[in-house]
Order: sequence, then C-alpha cells, then structure tokens
Amino acid sequence: MADKSLELFDAGHRACGGCGPALAGRLILKGSGENTIVVASTGCMEVFSTPYPETAWKVPWIHSLFENAAAVASGVESSLKMQGRDEHVICICGDGATFDIGMLCISGAFERGHDITYICYDNEAYMNTGIQRSGATPYDADTTTSPAGKCSTGNARPKKDLPAILAAHGAPYVATTSIAYPNDVIRKVERAVNTEGPCYIQIHTPCCTGWGFDGAKTIDIGKLAIDTGLWVNFEMVDGQIEKAKKIVNRKPVEEYLSVQKRFRHLFRPEKNVDEIAKIQAIADRNAEKYGIDVTVKK
Amino acid sequence: MMKIIEGSHAVAEAVKLCRPQVVSAYPITPQTHIVEALASMVADCELDADYICVESEFSALSGCVGASAAGSRTYSATTSQGLALMFEVCFNAAGMRLPIVMTIANRSLGAPLSIWNDQQDSISLRDSGWLQYYAEDIQEVSDLHFITYRVAEDHGVLLPAFVCFDGFILTHTYEPVDMPTQEEVDAYLPPFTPYQRLDAKDPISMGMYATPDYYMEFRYEVDRAMQRARGVYTDAARAFAEQFGRDYTSPVEGYRLEDADTALVAMGSICGTVKDAVDEMRADGKRVGLLKIRSYRPFPVEEVAAALGGVSTVAVLDKNISLGSKGAVALEVKDALYGSGIPVLDYIVALGGRDIRKKDIAQIVTLAEAGKGDMFYGLRTEVL
Repeated sequence: MADKSLELFDAGHRACGGCGPALAGRLILKGSGENTIVVASTGCMEVFSTPYPETAWKVPWIHSLFENAAAVASGVESSLKMQGRDEHVICICGDGATFDIGMLCISGAFERGHDITYICYDNEAYMNTGIQRSGATPYDADTTTSPAGKCSTGNARPKKDLPAILAAHGAPYVATTSIAYPNDVIRKVERAVNTEGPCYIQIHTPCCTGWGFDGAKTIDIGKLAIDTGLWVNFEMVDGQIEKAKKIVNRKPVEEYLSVQKRFRHLFRPEKNVDEIAKIQAIADRNAEKYGIDVTVKK
Repeated sequence: MMKIIEGSHAVAEAVKLCRPQVVSAYPITPQTHIVEALASMVADCELDADYICVESEFSALSGCVGASAAGSRTYSATTSQGLALMFEVCFNAAGMRLPIVMTIANRSLGAPLSIWNDQQDSISLRDSGWLQYYAEDIQEVSDLHFITYRVAEDHGVLLPAFVCFDGFILTHTYEPVDMPTQEEVDAYLPPFTPYQRLDAKDPISMGMYATPDYYMEFRYEVDRAMQRARGVYTDAARAFAEQFGRDYTSPVEGYRLEDADTALVAMGSICGTVKDAVDEMRADGKRVGLLKIRSYRPFPVEEVAAALGGVSTVAVLDKNISLGSKGAVALEVKDALYGSGIPVLDYIVALGGRDIRKKDIAQIVTLAEAGKGDMFYGLRTEVL
C-alpha cells in the first residue's frame, strides 16, 4: 500500500492556477507511491513540471518524445525485469500523446503485454500548443483547429473511445476517473499498478485555460461532466464493465456546456437547440451503455 | 576461433558476446538476419537478454532509450527506412547521453524503393550526436562491436553509436571470422555501469525541457563528448589490439599511401575493391593509395590531414550524396585539407546497390589525375 500522505509531485511547478492535470499528477503519485518510475510524453505536464534545472518530480522521471512514452516504458520495464527490480512503471501522458500521435507505441506495448500502467490525463485538446483539437476533443467543442464559425459548430466528431480500444488489446484493467473525485483517482491508480500486465487509466482533467472557466471551478466542472453523463467513471476488468459510477437524477448537458467558453457558440447569438440535442444524445447513450442512471422515487 | 560465417550472424555472435540485457529491434532487409539470430539465441537461452519484439523501428529505438535509461546495456539494429523512422529518437538518445549501440546494415533510402546498398541512411544521421564507425569486412564489423560498447559506455563519452557495414555486400556474405570466446570478451568489456539511471531509491529527472538559457550548453556537452570519444576510441582499440592482435587503433587506415601521388578515400566494403585496384595500378607503375575512413563521427580531421598531406590529388568515393552540395565524405576531407592546396575531387558512386569494380576505380583515378571530378560516376545517361 502506498503512503497517501506523501507529496511526490512537488509544489512550485508552473501550471496555471486551477490546473486539472496538475492535480492529476499529484493524485496519481499518491496512488502509485514512492516505488514508481514515471515515463512522460511531451505536453502540458512535462513543460510545467520540468523546466531545467528544476523538477516537480520526487520519483524518477523520464521524458523522451511526444509519441513514444509507451515504447520507452516498455524498455524501462524490460530493463527492470532483467535487473530483478520491482518498481512500478507508469506513463503519464496527455490526450494528444495518447489518442493521436502515440497510438502506435501504445498499441504495441499493450499487445506485447508489458507490465506498465498507462495513464492519460485527458484535457480534451492540445493545451500545451494553444488549444488545438485532438481525438479526445468532444463533439462541438470550439478549439483553434476546430473553430466554431459561420459554417461550423466546432469539432465535428465525437470523442474517440480509447478505453474500449485498449480493452480490446486484452488489457486486464481499464478505468476512467476524474480529478473531481480524488480518492477514486488514487484507488484506481493503486489497483492498476498492482495489476499485472498493461493497464490503462483515463483521467478527466478539466482545463480552465483551454475550456474557458474560472480556475476556482475546476472540481465543479469535473463533477458536472459526470452528473450530466458526458463523462462516466467506470472500471473494466478483462474487457467487461465491472463498475460504473451511478448518477442520481442526471442533469441536462446544457448545465455543463453553458459554463464553458468552448461551447459558448451553442448559446449565442441564440441557443442552438439541434446541436445541444445531439450532445444530450451522446450523454443518454453513455448512460444507457454504462447503466449509470438511478431514479429516486419521490 | 576461426569460422566461416555470414556477416549478419557474425554481428549477432559478437553482440551476444557483449552481453546486452535488452534487445529492442524490428526486422528490415538487409538487417533481418541479425535480429533473427539474436531472437533465436534468446529463445535457446544462449543469450540472457529480454528481446522486445516491437511493432516498428520507432519503438525499437524508443525501447532502447527506456532500457538504457533504466540501467541496462541495450542493442538494436536497423537500416534505411527503419533508421529514417528512428530519426527523432536518434537525436533524443544522444541528447540524453544514452550509450545505445546499434548496427546499421547500410542501405539506400526511397523513393524509389531500393533494398540495396549505399551509405545514405547512416550519413543522413550524421548530425544526430551518434558515433559512427564503418567496417570494411566481416571481421572488422564483428570486432568493432566490442570496441564500440567500450567507447559509448565510457563515462567521459556516454553517447550512442552506429556500427555500420554494407547491406548485402557484407550482411549476406560468408567470410572466415576469428570470433573471440566469452571469457576473452568479458575480460575486455566490463559490465555496463550507468553514470546515472532511473531508480526509485535515488530519483532523478531525465529529458526535461530546456529554455534558451540552457539548451545550447547541452549541445555543447554532446559535442565535447564526441571530441573526447577520439581518445577513448584509440585507447579502447589499442587495448583490443593488445588482447586480440587485430589493430583498429587508428580512426583511418592508409593503404600504400606513403609515396602516393593520387589518394582515393572511401568507407566500408568498397575499400577491399579499392585495395585490389590499387595493387593492380601499382603493378602498372601508378603511384596510387587508399585512405580508409573508419570513424566518420567523430571525423578524424588531423589523421586525414596527416595521411593525405603528401599527395597531389585526392579522389573521394562517396556512397551518398548531400543533394544540392557534394558527397558527405568529400566535404569532410575538403575541410581536413583546407588551405593545403591539394585538390579534392568527389565521385558519387554505387548508389542504390550499383556495382563498382576495379576497372571503375582505375577510371576514377584517371579522371582525377585529369582534374575531372565532382560527378556521379557511372550514370546511365541513356535513361535520363
């Protein structure tokens, strides 16, 4: 059991105030503990936590490139095995490094069955380079490369279902979680690092800068994503959903969308009822697929 | 022990004797036989290594980065398109000072697709911070692996290294090779002692990002390490010569250069053909010699200048072309001879596996002595 009181992701890094990924970094290490080697990808977290000669990481940490963390982690794990060492090897990568450019390396590492935990902090766009869309960007989000305009309502495609893709690789443990529920993050990371084989965790990490909300509201936004069904916290074991966080009286997606600038175009100059209905349908499908709805009798 | 062995298998045997703990590799022609042989050795428990069967060359080298950073001796092999796919990781491995050794079975780069030999692949990575050694024959390529691990892992160097040999011409050829025993190699090559490694008991951060206040100093340090590798190579090769009796101490090798008027300069297996051609030309009374370049990075500027200082004409045979400029070896030789007044003529030869024979070498010497150079030699003008 990892000592949860340890702060292995140090204060003093350069993240924005209210940064979801920074909180994720801190919680991940509480779950994995001191006996951990972190392999990172190029991205927000790498940049704000390691400007040479400073580092926020109190565990061994390596960044190689944007797209190869899973392959580097494969090498680290292989090396540890040959030396008879037992550190946990975890990747901490953003959604661009995971959903898009890193897919080749991730697929290879999971197919080979390396004993690593791959963690994606999902802030739903390339935030490090200025808010461009990724495969994790949700439907209709306005980003600098999927801008809403006269002929566009923002990102034209729904979010890629990466947990399902990695579960299909035979991953023994796949989970989603959110920084809005810190203990859930810690518990799932702890479970993943103690599960043999390649495990995947996707952490919803609201980004105040990229999504356009007050940095004091990060946790509230994270909770709203779950309360509307646009984000579901679940665990999959050997490809089967074991548990999904239930929602009592699920809220309409409008409550989540209307408080973020990235969806502002859906509400002005007038409300785009059709597009909001499409997003509501995504949430409804999520609720049905994962069976999260709980109706309380009045 | 002498044995007749295929070039790729000799490399695999030599690598096995170096005791790599992690092999991370992807098959690609004409390198394939090396990694197949290593995979068999691991499968038969002849080699106590983890063989990571990666899905691409990009991951092959990325795996080596992780394994080396975590403290293991690591190995890979590739060629051509595979090396091109590793481009980004090559710079990264050098910048992180990871002493990975990789064999390059030299091959041309597409398009058009060509599986045959030239040296464009490794030459194209010349600025990546990897040491680059080129072998003339199978004995040399085997032996260079022992020496190269010692150089790369030296704490004064800590740089990754290519051991290059010509695809098909050497990879698929059988030659008699004197292969040392494990005991002999163990006595020569100590186990890898990382300068630093990823270790939960002593955490460090590697591969961080550097602002303009620091980046340039990192590049400077890589360059200094490359410069220090000159002396470390000489010491490692001298120790090898003392123990095994085969002498690769100099980063260049002169052949009948002492009283030569015209010197040919080349790298790799073509040097064997040139030596035979030189012998024939000498028999005809022509004072010709060869300077073989063994170390391309670091480039042995002083040794080249000293070896070529007395000749009247230099003809460089380049199995590569820096398009829009000249052959990469010629550029280096010109630099080494700058101010000497000695003309350096460049001949782009044998690209994409085109054969080059003794009579071609003699023809090039004739051209050079007439002052005609800086050309693609052997172009089929009728298909242009």
